[in-house]
Amino acid sequence: MNSLKTDNILEVDNLRVNFKTPDGLVTAVNDLNFDLAQGETLGIVGESGSGKSQTAFALMGLLAGNGIIEGEARFEGQNILTLNERAMNKIRSEKIAMIFQDPMTSLNPYMKVGKQLMEVLILHKGMNKADAFEASVKMLDAVKMPEARKRMNMYPHEFSGGMRQRVMIAMALLCQPKLLIADEPTTALDVTVQAQILTLLNELKAEFNTSIIMITHDLGVVAGLCDKVLVMYAGRTMEYGLTEDVFYRPTHPYTQGLLEAIPRLDANDEVLATIAGNPPNLLNLPVGCPFQERCQFVEDRCRKEAPVLEEYQPGKLRACHKPINGEAML
Amino acid sequence: MFRFIIKRLLEAIPTLLALVTLSFFLMHFAPGSPFTSERGVPAAVMANLQAKYHMNESLMNQYFYYLWDLLHGNLGYSFRFTDFTINQLVAQSFPVSAEIGFWSFLVAITFGVLCGVFAALRQNSWLDYAVMSFANVGMVLPNFVIAPLCILFFSIQHHWLPAGGWNGGAWPFLIMPVIAMSTSYIAQIARITRGSMIETMHSNFIRTARAKGLPKSRIIIRHALRPAMLPVVSYLGPAFVGIVTGSVVVDQFFGTGGIGQHFVNGAINRDYSMVMGITILIGTLTILFNAIVDILYVFIDPKIRY
Repeated sequence: MNSLKTDNILEVDNLRVNFKTPDGLVTAVNDLNFDLAQGETLGIVGESGSGKSQTAFALMGLLAGNGIIEGEARFEGQNILTLNERAMNKIRSEKIAMIFQDPMTSLNPYMKVGKQLMEVLILHKGMNKADAFEASVKMLDAVKMPEARKRMNMYPHEFSGGMRQRVMIAMALLCQPKLLIADEPTTALDVTVQAQILTLLNELKAEFNTSIIMITHDLGVVAGLCDKVLVMYAGRTMEYGLTEDVFYRPTHPYTQGLLEAIPRLDANDEVLATIAGNPPNLLNLPVGCPFQERCQFVEDRCRKEAPVLEEYQPGKLRACHKPINGEAML
Repeated sequence: MFRFIIKRLLEAIPTLLALVTLSFFLMHFAPGSPFTSERGVPAAVMANLQAKYHMNESLMNQYFYYLWDLLHGNLGYSFRFTDFTINQLVAQSFPVSAEIGFWSFLVAITFGVLCGVFAALRQNSWLDYAVMSFANVGMVLPNFVIAPLCILFFSIQHHWLPAGGWNGGAWPFLIMPVIAMSTSYIAQIARITRGSMIETMHSNFIRTARAKGLPKSRIIIRHALRPAMLPVVSYLGPAFVGIVTGSVVVDQFFGTGGIGQHFVNGAINRDYSMVMGITILIGTLTILFNAIVDILYVFIDPKIRY
């Protein structure tokens, strides 16, 4: 794996995100470790509530007020988790940009799209309005927005969902950030638009050599875009490795369950395969493995001690007492 | 936009006609008449009086006489101040009410919005609690309580301000009426602003703005303020009506001589033309102001197009 490389732009060590709630402390992200080289794409997958988005918000400094961060995230060698708001604002959008899940509500509906794009350049690059306008038009062209110049003067409600996500992507790429965090960028879009957006991200990745953290619950997205994948469950890493290893040789029952749940065209199944049960309540995690209640291979040990994340082969990490030997799932 | 304004003006005609008709008949059905008083008037004099105001004719005819005059912009003679037309009395007292109303409105919006925004940005801090406590008190205290308290404090105890009068609208005479008039609106606007500001600051597009690395001041001023103002603008219509009718109380306490005094006295004296005149004036202003609010929406929310 790439962890031996020295040109990592992001190294996350024991990232932990806690939320103070009236019912007690909730650990949304539990000791997450990963790293990312320039130009590399990491997929973080998991069900809703597994802590994927909170990981992204923690990295951007956008956690809700009751969130508490522990651990370190070194971006270009600097721990960005402890930066103050002012220093963080220099990194946001300029070096690390983010695309959000819901393009329908993530753009300001009261502001012209052009203005929302231009303000990034005026702020970070010190451009004047005319230059910022031209650069924004160029970026809209780059994300294949038809009639980009005309659209600068339109409001978000005059755009479709896919178009808005293109605007979001253009906005994120304006300063050519080193790292792009995409939080389920295709979830709210219909399937054909999803494919377009993914193709676009793939092209842009090659063009700008941007590293991407792709947060998704769509394993198809990971397969098409990511070099590495991190499978999360209940805030913890279940499996982490190169995409091809994790996908073709999954060893964690949860990963296998996720892969089996992908609808397939060649199998003539009447019923979709699912993982029975629901993710555990983070307020009241069971002792031992968080996945125990839904795991078909569960044994006594899983109920007593939580499996630690171990490197069972070079570059392949997994947290499971009872791994399976998956072969060629896809 | 132009078509919308024309449409709103045309719509105002049936609304006003309904208002005139309803208030005309309601008033005439109320017991008593302008000439009812303890001292009886000789029958001949009464007949003359009634003839002068067309009161010897059927109610329907009186209604049409009134409408005819109204079409010519004539609100008729006052029954009480017999030497004056209603037009003259309104011309005399309306500027007073307009001035108090204007300043009250301005003060209410300025302080209300400021208080609300700061309370929202420092949610659950002592500042927030202070603003919200003030807002609760301000909303609970009616202006007929605030007005005498003002007089007690500013005039009787400290002799800072004149207890009443108008003096052509010199500012010392203006302060207390404006305080009495605007307090509850400051409170209400502060509450509305706080609520919508908190909601806006939690919305997805503010998160986007933060992810863009914008400084907080810019996020608040350029991104959050406009959407947060929408509910406040909606409130301005009713607030305007409240401020106009609030002048009834303020005129009583401070003797400022606005239209409020005529409204009350007109009703008590069965001064038909006076009550009608004031009703039509307030009705027109209300319609006008609601139209202005609707037009303001266009400038705030790009999704609204007429």
